Parts: sequence; structure tokens; C-alpha cells
Amino acid sequence: MSDEANKGLLSPLRRKLLMGMAAVPAVTMLPRASFAQAPATSAVNTTGLAVTDTEVTVGILHSATGTMAISETGSIEAEKLAIEQINAAGGVLGRKIKFIQEDGASDWPTFAEKAKKLLVNDKVAAIMGCWTSASRKAVLPVMEQYNGMLYYPTFYEGLEQSKNVIYTGQEATQQILAGLNWIAKEKGAKSFFFIGSDYIWPRTSNKIARKHVENVLKGKVVGEEYYALGSTQFNSVINKIKLTKPDVIFTDVVGGSNVAFYKQLKAAGIDLSKQPLLTISVTEDEIDGIGGENIAGAYACMKYFQSLDNPNNKAFVPAFKKAWGEKTVIGDVTQAAYLGPWLWKLTVEKAGSFDVDKIAAASPGVEFKGAPEGYVRIHENHHLWSKTRVGRAKLDGQFELIYETADLVEPDPFPKGYQ
Amino acid sequence: MNDSRFATRSELIGILVLAVFLVVILPLCLDVFRLNLVAKYLTYAFVALGLVICWGYGGILSLGQGVFFGLGGYCMAMFLKLEASSVENTKIQSTPGIPDFMDWNQITALPFFWKPFHSLTFTILAVILVPGIFALIIGAAMFKRRVGGTYFAIITQAVAAILTILIVGQQGYTGGINGMTDLRTLKGWDIRPDHAKVVLYFFEVGLLFACICIAQLVRHSKLGRILVAMRDQEDRVRFSGYSVANFKIFAFCIAAIFAAIGGAMFALNVGFMSPSFVGIVPSIEMVIYTAVGGRLSILGAVYGTLLVNFAKTSLSESFPELWLFGLGGLFIAVVLAFPNGLAGIWGDYVQPRIGKLMGTRKPKAGWTDNSVADGAPAE
Repeated sequence: MSDEANKGLLSPLRRKLLMGMAAVPAVTMLPRASFAQAPATSAVNTTGLAVTDTEVTVGILHSATGTMAISETGSIEAEKLAIEQINAAGGVLGRKIKFIQEDGASDWPTFAEKAKKLLVNDKVAAIMGCWTSASRKAVLPVMEQYNGMLYYPTFYEGLEQSKNVIYTGQEATQQILAGLNWIAKEKGAKSFFFIGSDYIWPRTSNKIARKHVENVLKGKVVGEEYYALGSTQFNSVINKIKLTKPDVIFTDVVGGSNVAFYKQLKAAGIDLSKQPLLTISVTEDEIDGIGGENIAGAYACMKYFQSLDNPNNKAFVPAFKKAWGEKTVIGDVTQAAYLGPWLWKLTVEKAGSFDVDKIAAASPGVEFKGAPEGYVRIHENHHLWSKTRVGRAKLDGQFELIYETADLVEPDPFPKGYQ
Repeated sequence: MNDSRFATRSELIGILVLAVFLVVILPLCLDVFRLNLVAKYLTYAFVALGLVICWGYGGILSLGQGVFFGLGGYCMAMFLKLEASSVENTKIQSTPGIPDFMDWNQITALPFFWKPFHSLTFTILAVILVPGIFALIIGAAMFKRRVGGTYFAIITQAVAAILTILIVGQQGYTGGINGMTDLRTLKGWDIRPDHAKVVLYFFEVGLLFACICIAQLVRHSKLGRILVAMRDQEDRVRFSGYSVANFKIFAFCIAAIFAAIGGAMFALNVGFMSPSFVGIVPSIEMVIYTAVGGRLSILGAVYGTLLVNFAKTSLSESFPELWLFGLGGLFIAVVLAFPNGLAGIWGDYVQPRIGKLMGTRKPKAGWTDNSVADGAPAE
């Protein structure tokens, strides 16, 4: 006995591998096994949520129609895939996850109405949903009033923290600072030109980026311009870029405007392989519309790229394509949406309960080792610890990973010195 | 028939039936969540009611009612937002005591035009006067120059687009595309819990009936008959010595004020105001409510609004990915088959049968209002 134990300790890696392999067949047995041991509903659900002895209901709340549908569809698909995989692996506390999908219709008040319906009428145990900051801001009071749990996937501007929300995307400092450090060091960049869409996320992100450039990197912001959502005329700003010749163009233009922006940039003769451009708003999804040839050479600062080379992602990408078609691409937010159901499952199991209060309390410290981005952990402030990565856009619409932070970056939604 | 009465007998019955439906039946049948949804739908009924006067009777098609709905809503939301942004609620901000979106946009002091909205009295006046005066200016500018019909509709659309861009662009002062969210209390009274929703619902129904009464008064007065005459033969009315422009301005202002009251009630009921109610699309949707209800029918507007919104909610709950097609099909079907909307169906099919059963011989009275539409101005 003791000999065996000693040998095992001598090669912990081998032992872990063996344990992992041994667990593989066990996974298929899990459903039955866990149904038998599933804890009583009265014990795991004391607040009247939609939990039965065999099922638990969650809500999916995204825009399936309207202007945001093109972005949010990936999130819906990722969440459904995660739920399917969790169910195949035995569900949560022995209960299969059933989901009710509602359409926010790209309309913020509709989001609030549907969130309320999911919480009040359907008594869902959690909601995976929202995409834009505006929809989250609309839903947040509802979540707090009716004590729901929202898993929100998008990278966003920060300045928010709620007991009732887990932010599975990056807040602004997590996304921006490491990327700026990298480009300043790598390219010796001293002057930056900011271009963004005119709403809260780009404005806040640029505010943080400006403070970082000026106070930490000791560089200079030579221009800061905003365009209304949906704008397609960028010629004047492109002329300004040509005049000011910044070392780096830093962009957070969102949605369809990107297509016009990058095409006009190329038409104006700005070659992104020579003129460094760092974007925090273009993922594989957007490149689908922009066209790889128009953006090749640009750098994007994200936490996930479809091309990431790790075992989790190598399992995730084929599974996603199998479920939703070979041609689908997976962007940063889609991956973050995939984390939602898994983190919820892990938290429920840690808390041993579906009660929202217990989940909110148990969330800090929950870690998900199967994340396609590698490894994530929930922070005290309900955001995720995750790495920042810089990728370079290629002609085929994928990103090539150029740089990643050595350690997980701490989420800091209320950054001191950046407000 | 004495047209100067407040309402005919069958209209009175119609109003009573609606009152019973809204005050007794719905609150008894629905849970608070659904009742709150009805309250939200009814805020649009104010707009539809205004459109019946302005479009149905006056013949002025406005495709920009969202502007007035929005102005009323924003006035109310500014008051509620200020109350929700007390210093202790906003400790976490760089500048406590101002609305959160101002803080995000690096504004450090409350802008001057926000300050009066600390007062509820001022807010209530503003809800009525701001859209009213704005409508007066637009109306005077257009109707005095005899701009009407399609051109007027296009201009109202442009105004809706301009106001949306203004609100979205000036996000430091208006909350931008996010709108004003997280509205909490009215003079210390929490508007979010269930019992508050019920109180607000009944208050709103009361206001709606007040507006219905005003609409009835307008309709049965000499003014209402001139409006109809103007719609049908504008030149004749002008040659008879009436100032057509002033009557049009009046109808347009009434519609604007009704819409603004709806907007203010929306902010209270939903706890939210955003530019997505101001633009072109919601404005057209509001016209559709009136069209479905029957643009000549005051009560039809209320039923039309309820029906369309109910269909919208239930279709989108049942078919989250396909519901827009269903809704579109419904509109096309209604407009093609029943050009006079719900009121037309009632007047053409239901009422004659009831009439037969009851033994009366007045098929075209009731809430279809053909009595006024068909009648010549009684001078």
C-alpha cells in the first residue's frame, strides 16, 4: 500500500493522467449514477425556482432578431452547446438542464421585459444572456429586484459589479492594458490615435487607454475620434491619421461600421502590415464581414482566439463546428458565452444548491479547467481571472497568437487612477 | 341625433365595457407580471388615442409620435433618475450625486437644464408643456405654410430621426443609446415592487379614461366636426372662413400631449427610458396600433394597441426566432382584409347581429363612429 502511494507521488503527472483516463469511461455512466444520488429537491432549492427531481430550467436571453442578431447568434449557439454537453455528462446535481429561450430583439426594454418574464413566470435558476452594455444595463435592475443570476458574456467597460451577475468576458482594463504594454514594448510605440463608436464602451475603454498611455507608457494620444453607431464614412479620420502619422492606431469601432472602416483604410493606402493597428472590437465573427484581405496584419487584443493551441480548445472547436456547421467561426464573446453554463454548473455543485444567494456567495474561487481559453477562475468581484492575448489577423480570417500574458490578469472593474 | 352630446348611448356602453374590462376583468385574471405588461401596452394606447384625433379625424398622418412619447418619457425619467442618483446611492462615482451615465462621460456637475427636474411639479408641467410646445412649433411651421399629407409625414419622420441622433450623440446629458435605466422611486415611494405596479396600473387606467373623455369631447364638439370636414374637403372649410392651420395645429398638439402622457407613464411603469422609443420604427409601430384598432374609433385604438402588443409578446415567447414574420403577416392580413381595423370588424359583422338579436335597427352606431364620418358638418 505505502509503496504504491510513494510511487504515485514520484510521478504525479503520470498519476494524474492515469486518473484522468480512468475517469473517461466513468463519464458515460454518470447520468444514471448521479440520478440515483441526486439530492432532494427540497434541499437544493429553497426559493421556489424551476427545479424538479430530474430537471432544472435556465433561461437564454439574447437577440435572435434585429441588428444585434448577427453578433448574439454565436453566444446562443455556444450556450446551447454547453448545456448539451453538461447534460451528456450527467447534468447539474443529477438534474438535466432544460432551457427557455427568449428573444431580446435588439431592443433594450424588451430585454428587461423578457428577463422579468423568465424570473417571475418561469422561475429560471439562472439566465445566460445579454450582449450589449445597454441590454445589460436594462436587465440589471430586474436581476437585482427579483434576485436572479445572470451570466454575461461580452467584454465590457467595467464600472459595474453586482451580486446577481457573473461577468464571463473581460472588463476594460483586463482587455486593454496588457495589449498596450505589449505594443509599446514590441513596436516602441509612443503616439496613439484612438477611433471608436460613440457609446459608453468605447468611450470608457479609450479613457482607460488614454490614462495608461499618458501616465504609464509616457506616450501621447495624438487624436481621439468617435463615430455614431452604424457610421460608414471614415474618410476624414483616415486623412487625420495620414497627417498625424501615429505609431499605433487604436480602435474600438463596433458592428457593421468595421466593414466600411477597414475597407476605406485599405483604399486610402494604409498598409496594416506596416502601420500597426490594435483593435479591441474585432473578433473572428467581425472578420467574417470585413473580409480577411482587408484587415490582415492588424492586431487584436482579446482573451480567446479560435486558433488557440490547447487541448480544451482542440476539443471545443470541432464540437462547436459539429453542432453548428463547418463554416461557423468562434469569436471571443462566443467562447465567453460557452463558459456561462459551465461556471454555473460548477458553482451549483460547489454550493450544493440552486439558491441564487448561495450561488452568488459560492462563486468566488470557482475554477473551470475545461475552458477553451485555458483556465479561468471567478474573482471576489464576480469577474473572471483570465489571460490577455494579442493575435494578428491573417488572410483566412483567423488570428495568429502573437503574445499572451504569462499569468492570469486580475479583473479590476473600478480601476484606481484610470477614472 | 344631437351631436353635441358627450357620447351616444352605444358609445357610453362601449366605454363602460372597456372600463369593466380594464378595471375588473384584467386585474382579476392576470398575475402582477402580466398586469404590468398590460400597463406597458396601455402607455402606447395614449399615443394611439392621439393618433385617432390627429390622423383619423384630422387627416394628419404623423409618423413621428415617438418624438412626443419620448419627450414625455424623458422628462419623467429625468426626475426619477435624479431621485435615484442621491449622493449615498452614487458613492462609488468620481462625482457622487449626479446620474451614473454623466459620471461615465466625465461630466462633473449637473447640467443646468437638469436642475429644475428636482421638482415633481415642474416635471409634470414639463411632461405636458415640452412636447406640447414642440408640437406647436412644428405644427405652426408646417401647417401655416400649408405643408400637409405625405410631406408632413416625411418631415415628422425626419424629426424622429433627428431627435434619436441627438439623444444618442449627447450621451453625457441623456444616457445615450443605453437610455436612463434603474429608475427607483417617486418622491420616496418605491415604484418597483408588485403592489406599486398595481397602483400605477390603476392610476394609468384612470388617466387613460380621462384622455378618452377629452377625445370624446373633441369629437362631439363643433371642433371635431370641423376637423372631419377639413379632412374630407380642406378647401371648402378654408373658403368658409375657418383657419384650417389653427385647427390642424390644435389636433396635432392634443395628439402630442396624449403621447407624452403615455411616455411619462411608460417611464414610471417600466422604470426605463431609451432612445429606442423615439425613432422612426417605434413611431410607425404606433401608427400600426391605430390602424389595427381602426383609425376612426377612439375605443378601437385601445383595443388595437392591446391586441398588437399582446400578439407581439406571445408570439415572441413561443417562437423566439420567427415571431417577426408572424407579426408582419398579421398586419398585412388585417390591413388587406379589414381596412377599418377592429372597429370595422365590429361595425360590419358583430354589431348588425347584436342589433338583430336586440331588435334595434341602427347598424352603424357604436364605436365605429361612422355617424360623424358620414355626416356633413352641421352648421
